[in-house]
Amino acid sequence: MSLQIPYEVTPRLDTGVNNAKLGIWLFLASEIMLFGGLFAAYVFLRMGADAWPGLEIYGTGEMATRADQILNVPLATLNTMILIASSMTMVMAWASLKMDNFSRYKLYMGITILLALGFLVVKAIEYGDKFDHHLYPATNNFLGVYFVLTGLHAIHVTGGIIVNAWFWGPGTKMWTQGTARDKAHFANRIEIAGLYWHFVDLVWIFLFPTIYLI
Amino acid sequence: MAEPHSSSHEHKQGFWRTYWFSTDHKVIGIQYGITALLFLLFGFGLMLLMRWQLASPGVEIPLLGALTPEMYNQFGAMHGTIMVFLGIVPLAVGAFGNYVVPLQIGAPDMAFPRLNMASYHFFFWGGVVMLASFFVPEGAAKAGWTSYPPLADIETMGQTMWLWGMVLLITSSLLGAVNFITTIIQLRADGMTFFRMPFFVWAQFITAFLLLLAFPPLEAAGFLQLADRLLDTSFFLPSGLVTTDGPLEVAGGGSPLLWQHLFWFLAHPEVYVLILPAMGIVAEVLANNTRKPLWGYRLMVYSLIFLGFMSFIVWAHHMFITGMGTAISAFFQVTTMIISIPSVVILSALFITLWGGSIRFTVPMLFALGFLPMFGFGGLTGLPLGLAPTDIPLHDTYYVIGHFHYVVAPGTILAMFAGIYYWYPKITGRELNNTLGHIHFWGSIVSMNVIFFPMLIQGMAGVSRRLFDGGHTYSFSEGVMHYNVLMSVAAFALLAFQIPFLINFFMSLKRGRKTTRDNHWAATTLEWSATPTPPVPHGNFETVPTVYRGPYEYSVPGHATDFLSQDEASPPAAEAVAAEELVEA
Amino acid sequence: MAHEMSLEEVKKHIRVYLLVFGALAVLTVVTVAVSYVHIPFYPALIVALIIASVKAGLVAAYFMHLVGEKQVIMWVLISAGVFLLALFVLFISSYADQEQLALVTHAVNLSHVA
Repeated sequence: MSLQIPYEVTPRLDTGVNNAKLGIWLFLASEIMLFGGLFAAYVFLRMGADAWPGLEIYGTGEMATRADQILNVPLATLNTMILIASSMTMVMAWASLKMDNFSRYKLYMGITILLALGFLVVKAIEYGDKFDHHLYPATNNFLGVYFVLTGLHAIHVTGGIIVNAWFWGPGTKMWTQGTARDKAHFANRIEIAGLYWHFVDLVWIFLFPTIYLI
Repeated sequence: MAEPHSSSHEHKQGFWRTYWFSTDHKVIGIQYGITALLFLLFGFGLMLLMRWQLASPGVEIPLLGALTPEMYNQFGAMHGTIMVFLGIVPLAVGAFGNYVVPLQIGAPDMAFPRLNMASYHFFFWGGVVMLASFFVPEGAAKAGWTSYPPLADIETMGQTMWLWGMVLLITSSLLGAVNFITTIIQLRADGMTFFRMPFFVWAQFITAFLLLLAFPPLEAAGFLQLADRLLDTSFFLPSGLVTTDGPLEVAGGGSPLLWQHLFWFLAHPEVYVLILPAMGIVAEVLANNTRKPLWGYRLMVYSLIFLGFMSFIVWAHHMFITGMGTAISAFFQVTTMIISIPSVVILSALFITLWGGSIRFTVPMLFALGFLPMFGFGGLTGLPLGLAPTDIPLHDTYYVIGHFHYVVAPGTILAMFAGIYYWYPKITGRELNNTLGHIHFWGSIVSMNVIFFPMLIQGMAGVSRRLFDGGHTYSFSEGVMHYNVLMSVAAFALLAFQIPFLINFFMSLKRGRKTTRDNHWAATTLEWSATPTPPVPHGNFETVPTVYRGPYEYSVPGHATDFLSQDEASPPAAEAVAAEELVEA
Repeated sequence: MAHEMSLEEVKKHIRVYLLVFGALAVLTVVTVAVSYVHIPFYPALIVALIIASVKAGLVAAYFMHLVGEKQVIMWVLISAGVFLLALFVLFISSYADQEQLALVTHAVNLSHVA
């Protein structure tokens, strides 16, 4: 495209931001409302439920009184750690670009992606364990909320992995073969991808205690 | 802006890249416009079949046979969905917003051209999924455009298609909203401050915020309903539900009201998504054709912002008959009464703009003038629905249908036509035929009133809005049943009066009189004053305009012409002569 | 956050990132530990939400650079925040204020059991 859109890379003077920065925050605002809607639905359902979680503890025949008697808190804690670590490596990847250290960027971005994959593996183990005990989304609304909310979050994680993998692999051409402007553009893109990734982390920070611990 | 005028480059890109996968906001706007008009026609067609059935229950329709209750329900649900989500919103926001906003603020394109293209394609495929749902076993969604559970949860496959279609449409709207807001904040030309933006741009700006923040909760609800249908969860299914096939085999414990809350959290702001761009168009046309500044421009903008804000906290006035508590229903009644204030302020300001103007009765002006009383009437008939004591007897009757259609049909749709007649010369470089335009206007406004006014009468007589035979089985409705024939005849007349429009629209592309000047309507805003007619393909402006003043400087004392464009530096004598020629031409 | 940062500044930032990561890890341990104490529901909910909010605040402020971010972005977030709050408050109050319905649901449940 020969057409140049203004403020693609450099910030506009009166707003102080470039287009992509504003765009991603607007997108995140809508994501806030998406997960907000889901959380509101969760609150609504839980307020109306006769019992929560309303399930028997595996093998004991006793009714569970707390979510952590059904869900695997140690695994979820591990996943929380994985996700905040990946958030940290993501921001380090961006900082490495700012310091013009491309190999460090590759390293940190690579770790971010691996951690995210690790998160999904742990999630899959968790889900598999539930299915083994014949606990499905249809079993009751506690499990429905658990599967749908964590599932939508996992889809967001997957999206993040795809974006980050692009910027780790083929997308790096912009940096390695580009002009100074392209490099600045690439660093901006990593910042944008990072903002999305931190948001995914942020959602988990709320999902973890409200679904697993309370 | 390296080389904004590079049309030769674009011409080499071939058919698909130029017309289908275009990133030019003007082409995308036209794509949206044509697709949306086709959907409007299709949705109108569904309604004509229903009106046939209502006027003469059981009488066979040529080629189609007699309508079954299942078909009637499908057509009803899909009429609403198509008109709102595939017709008016894409036309108001996707088409007019896309085409006009970048031109009016002096931007070379939208901020994210490829996202803009993606937004259209999500919309298009969402529409395809919706249409395809007519051909799956047992047909399209039958649970109304609101898709209330538990019915929607246990409906046939068409409902699942409806949900996937909605997910695509919501994605399209979100991408569009992000793009509009970023464009308006970031790409305004030099000197185009927020309070120099045309009112239409303001309307699109607030609309984009509504779409951005109100749609996601419906998307959340859509995912939950998909889970209910595909994973057998019971988010919206209470315990102990029994259907004709016996007790429902689900866990239960869910809440149908949850859907209604999430749905109306979107769908009330959605009503303003339907009406704000219409107000924007009307404001442009009125200022241009009264040759006066809009009365109370700033007041209108503040009202718009307040309206946008309030529209998020009135939603439960759609739910007074769901057993809401009195305290919360009082809250929503109060907010509903409050939100009518800014609407009235805007409408009044538009009316006052007429005062003392030297009005040009052009065709777009006729449509804009038609909008004013019709929207006012739609708004006034809404007041009884905003108060629980009057809403409860009226809620499930034709009164609601009458009220809503007064707002969107003679309201929004007339404004959309005003926009088409106003910007058609800009887009094509040719004029529309005046006589056909007059026939179209008078025929449409009269038949619309004949369709919708009797609905209010039927509604007050207590006729339910969901009956396959229109209400013949109830003795209390006998006195108002005869209106059905009149309404249906008027509906077909409305179709007939669209024919002059279609002829006009297509014939004028080839045969219409060529516009003799770039600024066809002698308007002040940038899309007329700073670009050639029709505009250049990519980049819009040969030189980036600088803006010196507000959007509606008409009839400025001492100026040679009766309009002073936003980008006209200061009127030197030589230019004044040229401008005089312009008026005579 | 300034767009053109000097090397020194970036290095300073990295220290902050590591500190934030440490704080997040510690807070995660704390919130899990509190959950094992089995305090009553509402205090537990409040503690968990406070900890989560602090964590989210740290991520937003430092990883997402909201500290010192431009006004326009703040306004976007404030508007989303206000509507989110409206959503929650009105959802919960609508629920709390529909006693008649709760009775009906209860009656249905009873008949189901019987």
